[in-house]
Amino acid sequence: MNLTLKIWRQKDSNTKGQMVDYKVTDISEHMSFLEMMDVLNEQLINKGEEPVAFDHDCREGICGMCSMYINGEAHGPDRGVTTCQLHMRMFKDGDTITIEPFRAKAFPVIKDLVVDRSAFERIQQAGGYISVNTSGNTQDANSIPISKHAADEAMDAATCIGCGACVATCKNSSAMLFVGAKVSQYALLPQGQIEAADRVRNMVAQMDLEGFGNCTNTGACEIECPKGISLDNIARMNRELMKASLS
Amino acid sequence: MSGFFKSSIGRKVAMALSAFFLMIFLLMHVSVNLLSVFSEETFNAASHFMGTNWVIQFIMQPILIFGVVFHFVMGFVLEIKNKKALGVPYVKNNGAANSSWASRNMIYSGLVILAFIVLHFIDFWFPEINYKYIEALPADPTRYYAELHHKFVSPLRVGAYVIAFVLLGLHLAHGFTSAFQSMGITAGRKKTLKSIGKAYAIVIPALFIIIALYHHFNH
Ligand code: HEM
Ligand code: SF4
Ligand code: FES
Repeated sequence: MNLTLKIWRQKDSNTKGQMVDYKVTDISEHMSFLEMMDVLNEQLINKGEEPVAFDHDCREGICGMCSMYINGEAHGPDRGVTTCQLHMRMFKDGDTITIEPFRAKAFPVIKDLVVDRSAFERIQQAGGYISVNTSGNTQDANSIPISKHAADEAMDAATCIGCGACVATCKNSSAMLFVGAKVSQYALLPQGQIEAADRVRNMVAQMDLEGFGNCTNTGACEIECPKGISLDNIARMNRELMKASLS
Repeated sequence: MSGFFKSSIGRKVAMALSAFFLMIFLLMHVSVNLLSVFSEETFNAASHFMGTNWVIQFIMQPILIFGVVFHFVMGFVLEIKNKKALGVPYVKNNGAANSSWASRNMIYSGLVILAFIVLHFIDFWFPEINYKYIEALPADPTRYYAELHHKFVSPLRVGAYVIAFVLLGLHLAHGFTSAFQSMGITAGRKKTLKSIGKAYAIVIPALFIIIALYHHFNH
């Protein structure tokens, strides 16, 4: 198929960007969206132009790097997928596709479609871990009984890949789905209890410091999240913070 | 604890608490109004009680006014903060793909309700305060029904009334479940809450509208 692409081009974080139109031809419907971008970049390099910078790594929906806002939705129109898992069969011959970087004050554009998501790293560093003495006497994790229900819910929360689609989608640029998932993953397990109060307090404080917005429960994040992280995780984080503040 | 209400989640909780308060108040308000459809005497008696009971006048009323002001001021503050958190807007954003209109436009439905509250104060509250405390006219336990009935003569006012309550319905269509989610009490009860929320968001505004239309067409 033949497509018109409207892509955000921006030289660096200090330069103003703008939308630029490109044409690509002979795109196979079996290609992934990133492969289509590869075709475009090959074309641009052959013409001696600057290729479009975009983030990617695993190309199999695991690393969370491929951060594109396609036709007004994070990771495009399909559900439960990252951009690398988005197939060109979701589009029609002759379509015009708008491609923008993830937008949020806390995710500044580095170049073209590449944004800086290290704010997420700093939130994780503020409490997204458990402290374990690894001197050799570590208790076998299997010796701690955990109910199937709690284990499943913790696992669901832990599938968050930190892609930032929730922030990009949110009209308030709120990071609460991400932070809710990270808080829940530990709050649900016995290993997470000891540091639970400090964890939620510190992670929420870092989230606020990074300049993410306030959740208004539109639920857009849950719909656009490639891993189907549920809003229940935000409710749990709210409960955890209330609990931590009362104690 | 003071740190809690300065956090993003604390603000959500404060917003939800004020909203719960307003939703309970609406329930009470519509109940009293409903009396006016069935019996002039009962409505007058209830209004007289509400208007002269000192607990309601000097404790509940100030709390209510504080609650309303807190709710919309906090609404504005959050809206401004959230706009700032976005920075550069998208060229193309398909909000309808993942969220309801009501959820994305709380500030606009809220602004219409606010405009209505101002009109409501001019219509009922200021004359009431004037009657009771400024001119200090003698208590007349039978005046309320006539005042209410008179207000709904003008089709313009009734029209504004209807529009405001439709927008209130939209505000609540998102707001009801949202307030529970903010308080962290949704898990496992999502379906029930959604149904109750839908019922509340339709029935309460509809009753207000029906009462207004009843008085308009019964002249
Ligand atoms: C009787 C009148 C009102 C009722 C019953 C009401 C009810 C609600 C409810 C239930 C919520 C959801 C709270 C939450 O998500 O935690 C809400 C949110 C909101 N309200 Fe109201 N509201 C009223 C008046 C107003 C007014 C006058 C404004 C003025 C602009 C306003 C602006 C907002 C905004 C912006 C939000 C979203 C904020 C957020 O979710 O964080 N509301 N309202
Ligand atoms: S919650 Fe979902 S959308 Fe947000 S960072 Fe995690 S995987 Fe991505
Ligand atoms: S490139 Fe790793 S998730 Fe898309």
